[in-house]
Amino acid sequence: MSGSGQGSDSTHRTIERVARESYGRLVAYLSSQTRDVASAEDALSNALVAALKSWPRDGVPQNPEAWLLTTARRSFIDHVRHQQVAAASEPTLQLLREEHEVALSTEFPDDRLKLLFVCAHPAIDPAMHTPLMLQTVLGLDAARIAGAFLVSPKTMGQRLVRAKTKIRDGGIQFEVPQEHELPQRLDAVLEAIYAAFGIAWDDMAGVDQVGRDLAEEAIWLARVLLHLMPAEAEVRGLLALMLHCEARRAARRGPDGRYVPLSEQDSQQWSSPLIEEAESHLAQASSRGRTGRFQLEAAIQSAHAERARSGRTEWVAIMLFYQQLVRISPTLGTQTGYAAAAAEAKGPEAGLALLDGIDPDDVSAYQPYWAVRAHLLQRLGRTSEAVGAFDRAIGLTEDPAVREFLLQKRANL
Amino acid sequence: MQFALLIYESPEAFAARKSDGTDPYTGAWRAYHKSLVESGSYVGGDPLEAPDTGTTVRLKEGKRRVQDGPFADTKEQLGGFIIMELPSLDVALDWAARCPAASAGVVEVRPLAPAAKHRIT
Repeated sequence: MSGSGQGSDSTHRTIERVARESYGRLVAYLSSQTRDVASAEDALSNALVAALKSWPRDGVPQNPEAWLLTTARRSFIDHVRHQQVAAASEPTLQLLREEHEVALSTEFPDDRLKLLFVCAHPAIDPAMHTPLMLQTVLGLDAARIAGAFLVSPKTMGQRLVRAKTKIRDGGIQFEVPQEHELPQRLDAVLEAIYAAFGIAWDDMAGVDQVGRDLAEEAIWLARVLLHLMPAEAEVRGLLALMLHCEARRAARRGPDGRYVPLSEQDSQQWSSPLIEEAESHLAQASSRGRTGRFQLEAAIQSAHAERARSGRTEWVAIMLFYQQLVRISPTLGTQTGYAAAAAEAKGPEAGLALLDGIDPDDVSAYQPYWAVRAHLLQRLGRTSEAVGAFDRAIGLTEDPAVREFLLQKRANL
Repeated sequence: MQFALLIYESPEAFAARKSDGTDPYTGAWRAYHKSLVESGSYVGGDPLEAPDTGTTVRLKEGKRRVQDGPFADTKEQLGGFIIMELPSLDVALDWAARCPAASAGVVEVRPLAPAAKHRIT
């Protein structure tokens, strides 16, 4: 292998690719044996540093993943020795030693499913489920995760460490849950992946800020999960939902960067390959006959996507999907979405009545509620109330493009 | 606990204060302030006059040194502050991100230090 800049560039790209594709598999495999996620990550990052040093010099090994695993394992053993851990961890060491050479030639099991269930374990703070997944399965650093979740990087780092200590010391098992607890446990995994995607509701200025730059990572996680659990309808529902929203990414901004709400989007700009993929997952999910929250949300997005073909939006169908959704998942997002859909299907009074049914204390900082409320009051000609609601929506908006859009609407009242 | 949102603004943002009040930046601030107050977490706060109205005073070897202008020579300058009563830093960061100055300047979030105040009162 040549030592030229180009050769080393392509080696670096190989390392990046292997790191991206193998990170979660390696962390999952190493930590499922020891339950020590933090040490597994440290060992793997040492192995990646070693790869950066030796691969450009010696060439990329035949099986890069096995090379990383062997090197990480060695680093892990050194670490344990260094810590002079008591005899209690001797079995772990023995296990590692025994399997040491095997990994070079054979495939090792994909334990990422266990790792995903560990990250979303009920004993772990639900707010940390998503950050843990992003770090342990995808290798994202704490600073990037902190940015996406709007938490101080130091705090996020500490919370991640605390969560990993809990996994190690709290007796959390690396296993796929039993049949009887699977639906609930799987729900937590799906919720965590969806939280990374971060679009709670995609209409009238309802852009949820949380983690929106993690959309691709979330889709990646959902694909990993689907690969590991191909028979679960809700996994396909979640993937279909995210693909539908992702299909509209380009249409959500005008050429000048201005925000374009769903109802005004040019459907020709939607990505038809993504829509088709979403539709195929949704169809496979519903053929299994078990409806769930994510399939309903995907069905709503599918109904919106229908506009690209028919030129119109079936609001009654969307309202009925929301009605079912509110029954099984009465979040602020679904309640607000239901109100907006009812307003389109039955008139603004119907929508406003549903908004009035939500506890005002819950919505004092919930932007989409105020955006929909302003829109409905405007349609009813209740201008001075609409101004007030627009102000609340504008004041709660983080995205400057959305803020600009709402300021414009308020000015045109 | 109480947090201060320290609002650092660009020269353009300071210039917007001279407008008739119909510009988007002022409109965004009006709405933001309303949301702060109606959230029930607002304790107080005020804008500051432009940085060139500042005067710094220090004593060096017993001699008074007085200078016109702000203390720090940076592009964004302290333009005001907001005090809020909030359950956590996470929530304070949410309010900082919504602040119109966050996309045109910088908002620094600092906890107030009641213990330090207690030592001197």
